[in-house]
Amino acid sequence: ALGLSHLSWRVIGNATVTQASTVAEQEKEGRTAVPNIMEKAFYFEQAGVGLSSDESFRIFLALKQLVEQWPVHTCRFWGKILGLRRSYLVAEVEFREGEEEVEEEEVEEVMEGGEVMEAHGEEEGEEGEEDEEKVTDVIPKPTWKPPPVVPKEESRNGANKYLYFAVPRHADQIVAGPQDQKFFTGFLDAPVISYPPFPGNEANYLRAQIARISAATHISPLGFYQFGEEEGDEEEEGGAGRDSYEENPDFEGIPVLELVDSMANWGRCTWVNPLQKTEEEEELGEEEEKADEGIEEVEQEVGPPLLTPLSEDAEIMHMSPWTARLSCSLSPQYSVAVVRSNLWPGAYAYASGKKFENIYIGWGHKYSPENFNPSLPAPVQQEYPSSLEIMEMSDPTVEEEQALKAAQEQALAAAEEEEEDEEEDEDEDQDD
Amino acid sequence: MDEESLLLSLELASGSGQGLSPDRRASLLTSLMLVKRDYRFDRVLFWGRILGLVADYYIAQGLSEDQLAPRKTLYSLNCMEWSLLPPATEEMEMQTSVVKGRFVGDPSHEYEHTELQKVNEGEKVFEEEVVVQIKEETRLVSIIDQIDKAVAVIPRGALFKTPFGPIRVNRTFEGLSSSEAKKLSSYFHFREPVELKNKTLLEKADLDPSLDFMDSLEHDIPKGSWSIQMERGNTLVVLRSLLWPGLTFYHAPRTKNYGYIYVGTGEKNIDLPFML
Repeated sequence: ALGLSHLSWRVIGNATVTQASTVAEQEKEGRTAVPNIMEKAFYFEQAGVGLSSDESFRIFLALKQLVEQWPVHTCRFWGKILGLRRSYLVAEVEFREGEEEVEEEEVEEVMEGGEVMEAHGEEEGEEGEEDEEKVTDVIPKPTWKPPPVVPKEESRNGANKYLYFAVPRHADQIVAGPQDQKFFTGFLDAPVISYPPFPGNEANYLRAQIARISAATHISPLGFYQFGEEEGDEEEEGGAGRDSYEENPDFEGIPVLELVDSMANWGRCTWVNPLQKTEEEEELGEEEEKADEGIEEVEQEVGPPLLTPLSEDAEIMHMSPWTARLSCSLSPQYSVAVVRSNLWPGAYAYASGKKFENIYIGWGHKYSPENFNPSLPAPVQQEYPSSLEIMEMSDPTVEEEQALKAAQEQALAAAEEEEEDEEEDEDEDQDD
Repeated sequence: MDEESLLLSLELASGSGQGLSPDRRASLLTSLMLVKRDYRFDRVLFWGRILGLVADYYIAQGLSEDQLAPRKTLYSLNCMEWSLLPPATEEMEMQTSVVKGRFVGDPSHEYEHTELQKVNEGEKVFEEEVVVQIKEETRLVSIIDQIDKAVAVIPRGALFKTPFGPIRVNRTFEGLSSSEAKKLSSYFHFREPVELKNKTLLEKADLDPSLDFMDSLEHDIPKGSWSIQMERGNTLVVLRSLLWPGLTFYHAPRTKNYGYIYVGTGEKNIDLPFML
């Protein structure tokens, strides 16, 4: 019904999944992990953004199926990334039961890998790939949100929706992201051909872009989130995070300055995932330039501290990186505040009363006012200088080789003659 | 998209993520009908929306009976009051090619651009810096014109050429078939043909002169600058331009519904060859 019969799930990466949860129990308790997509779609429609309502309902059903198949704690619809031949529907998901296992892995790796991580700091991303696989999933904070990805494929058989999971990829891929802006083809296995070479296929590139977009554009109204005293206590998310909400200023005007940012921050080898409470903003403008210049230099990409207001975002060419509007000027008391990102065209957020949500629908590229200049190829490598250990000699030419061969044959022939002579001499001696 | 089927068209074009809020839709429905009556257009198209920093421009175009005649373009900031834009000239295009960046959203805003101009004073030649001011309205006109010339799309068979010259809407157009809908050659640029004369005589022999009188999308440079996808099962084909990101063309095969809308920042994607 409704074209969902071909839903299937595939896993990218190293997601360790434990037994599937029993959704029935959850529903008895009255909790479901699937968010109220229709309500959010309504608000986005007021803002003039988003997919049509029946499309949203199908997404809701798909997410419901996602929740049934995987042990999902919470999930939300992250957005849609358009591709050349197919598009991706991305949902952001937080695991529940798998966390404990991951935590154990993390702990071990953190203890052993202290030196390993530092060593990685000096290697180039590509060379260190094999080693980094051991360091994958080093997640100091217990929760992480791997976004499952749903590329929509409309084949002759009807709607096929494949849903994928992607684990947080290596941080170097996220650093390498800014250097190449390619269109997504819609096939996760497609290689990403660009220069400098991107480590990984389209799935990795997609994940890196999702991470960057989330980091740069996920915002929440001021005062909505608070610093929690204990990290990793996500069960308190429902309670403590929202008590300071009365401070939230009016939405009548355009208080962009008071809207607050949230989301991920990552370092070189450590992946700090967005927690419900501790959220940081990644300011990609400056860090990316550094990353572009020195891919060999590994720097900690540190964003500004948590919960900084949007007003402190760097400007792009004298233009504020965010545009805020009221959804309807005719009825300001009922309208919704809408914020649009100028840095990532396609990223929107709305806020109304206590509800807010972020979404991204677009091609997955950053906005850059200047033209793109491809990076020059690396300088030609120097040859080894001739030294005592390695000496470069020219190979003998064909004539020289033939002359040598002829000389050798002559010598051999001469040696044989001498032997024959000697034998004859010996025979003669013996005869005597 | 046609103003007559606005609601359905918006629904079909929503796959790209940009739509209109209910209040805008309501105002558009009424105001476009008024525009059609006042300016005596044969058809009014809602062209799209150009996103500016402070405000957005809503653009509509009015067509006369001859579909390929120059169209009148109108813009509005609130979907209720529409102002006519002057027709685009080459001079405007030259002027606005130096302006980069987003639209501001204020039609009276002026961009400043300093140019070095040689000034002859008697025998000496000076180079002076001249500040040229370009109005945003001019830029708007020329961008809309460029987008139209580059990526406005119409399916094959939707228009036909009468023996006397004028192009009319084909009332017997029932939509492309499913197999035809997936090919780029079934879609034409909605403008005066540019490359048609360059075709060889053999190719021209296969064409139907009443239907194939416009350039098809197949030979667009760079190759691959169109993304063609089927959505909603096989019932909707969506073409998205990569050269002007934000332009979406939709068509439901075997029905008469088709149209295009541009919702974007009004900037060309010059880096396209690097991105494919």
